[in-house]
Amino acid sequence: MIKKEQWMKISFVVITLWFIWFANTHFDEYTVRILNNIAIFVILAVSYNLINGVTGQFSLEPNGFVAIGAYVAALLLVSPEAKQYQYAIVDPYPFVLTLHANFVVALLLGGAFAATLAACLSFPVFRVRGDYLAIVTLGFGFIIKILAINTPEVTNGSLGLNDIPEFSNLYWTGGIAMIAVIVVLNIINSKYGRAMKAVRDDEDAAIAMGVNTFKAKTLAFCTSAFFEGVGGGLLAALLTSISPDLFDFFFTFQLLIIIVLGGLGSTTGAIIGTVLVMGGSEWMRFLDEPMHLFGYTTTAMPGMRMVVFSLGLIFIMLFAREGVMGKRELTDLLKWRKKGDK
Amino acid sequence: MDLTMFMQQMVNGFSLGSMYALIAIGYTMVYGVLRLINFAHGDIMMVGGFLGYFGIVVLDLPFGAAVLLAIVGSALLGMASDRIAYRPLRSAPKISLLITAIGVSFFLENAFNVFFGGVPKAFPVPAYLENVVDIVGLTMPVSAIIVPIITAFLLAIILWVLYKTKYGMAIRALAFDVGTVNLMGIDANRIITLVFGMGSALAAVGGIFWAVNYPSVEPMMGVLVGLKAFAAAVVGGIGSVGGAVLGGLIIGFTEVVVIAFFPELGGYKDAFAFIFLILILLFKPTGILGIDFEKSRF
Repeated sequence: MIKKEQWMKISFVVITLWFIWFANTHFDEYTVRILNNIAIFVILAVSYNLINGVTGQFSLEPNGFVAIGAYVAALLLVSPEAKQYQYAIVDPYPFVLTLHANFVVALLLGGAFAATLAACLSFPVFRVRGDYLAIVTLGFGFIIKILAINTPEVTNGSLGLNDIPEFSNLYWTGGIAMIAVIVVLNIINSKYGRAMKAVRDDEDAAIAMGVNTFKAKTLAFCTSAFFEGVGGGLLAALLTSISPDLFDFFFTFQLLIIIVLGGLGSTTGAIIGTVLVMGGSEWMRFLDEPMHLFGYTTTAMPGMRMVVFSLGLIFIMLFAREGVMGKRELTDLLKWRKKGDK
Repeated sequence: MDLTMFMQQMVNGFSLGSMYALIAIGYTMVYGVLRLINFAHGDIMMVGGFLGYFGIVVLDLPFGAAVLLAIVGSALLGMASDRIAYRPLRSAPKISLLITAIGVSFFLENAFNVFFGGVPKAFPVPAYLENVVDIVGLTMPVSAIIVPIITAFLLAIILWVLYKTKYGMAIRALAFDVGTVNLMGIDANRIITLVFGMGSALAAVGGIFWAVNYPSVEPMMGVLVGLKAFAAAVVGGIGSVGGAVLGGLIIGFTEVVVIAFFPELGGYKDAFAFIFLILILLFKPTGILGIDFEKSRF
């Protein structure tokens, strides 16, 4: 006998797979490109939400983990011959040139590197709480970017890596996004997930109840780093070129808007937030262009989108703090409709 | 490396450290009363630099008047940011406040970027600040010497306000316990706004120093300086004004001295503040002069 929840999971998988197939065969290149972007950001947002929303640890580091994943994947994907001509500042270390792997291995290794780093960082990072955690993780994210600039023997410095083979397509990005959502949901609904929520709601009470809060936080941190690394690899194989500037604090800021808009702590919210923000930022491109208002033509104002975005974030916080979903999931909404309580 | 050069690097470090200290005081005071990392503080410093630039270039004011314009304008902006973006969230979870602060920071950066352009603008430094003086064999511009002096003067004013006036007592009481302060008939919101005004005014002075030192202003100039200044505040012990000054000087000295002695580490200079921050939090979670900030501040 299959339970209702399992039916929901199966239908989620089937609908997602059908949508990926449909989009890939019917939509034009521009739309597919946006969908690729959305799928990658779904991976990043859902995993970032695990540490920020579900565990309540205000980490500002995803840009660092995404950068690690992107660089590891890029170094593995670019063929040794192509690499030989790319390094302009200094000659690369010999081992850099020998690196080569196929797409799946590159993604997994990117994720593994990010997760390992997260495991090492969890010791200093989780010694502090709250605001201090935010600034320490921000610092680590920043140090990773500085390292990428200052180790040109590996990363080609500020020029970044180019000619990364374009492996990412909708089957990869959408498929991995689906896997990420399922894995994260399974973690949230397991006993580890309950420990994470306990840490978020009241850390001292959780400790008093015998929850190993360090373990819960580290598990959330590492899982989220793993998927952020994989997402970084997918991003590198979609953009075909990466540089340290791509992974500055703005990257984290974008993810933060996504999960806050969707509702901190809600996986469904993270997905909705991604679609709204990534779709909205495409739609809002007109703000950067010259505008025709009341017979006047304004000059082009590149960056106007960012102004609107930051105002949007402030307004969400002031007037709709819960975001679209609050802490609820899609399943909660369905239950609410049926029973009329909770 | 001879002694003269060593001394010169010391003065440079002192000068840079003073700038960090000025900005760190604003962080430490806001954190003391609100427990909020005001991510927008570095951008208020940027606005201060820009107001100084506008005062001199657009309004054709003398340097001193432009500085005054920058101080008043930034203080008003800091108070407005509190009134509009932070006050409605007083009873909200702290994470909401932190996210709003990030939003305000990005708004200021991008609004200045859109309306005034991202290209650095040359800051017109008055000639008397660029004059090179010779003190016991050390040659350096007047500005490098005047920065620590003005910082010390402003610090004295801040300490006087904090410890000798009624408002200062209210601020210290607020840092101690918000609930009781309200019971004692003190308007906590007014005091918090005052703290934002004081911190922002200091940040504006820091922004002018920065603009004079590098002679340029640009919309992103506050990001890194602001974060380093916050690191300085934590290193010194957040909530302690003396700690902010000490932390600022340590970070400034390290940056200057390490680059002078190990030029090959130059690329990492922006990371030192954070490395310091992480080390300090590992071994002394309350910073060097910090007191247990669950118990008492200032």
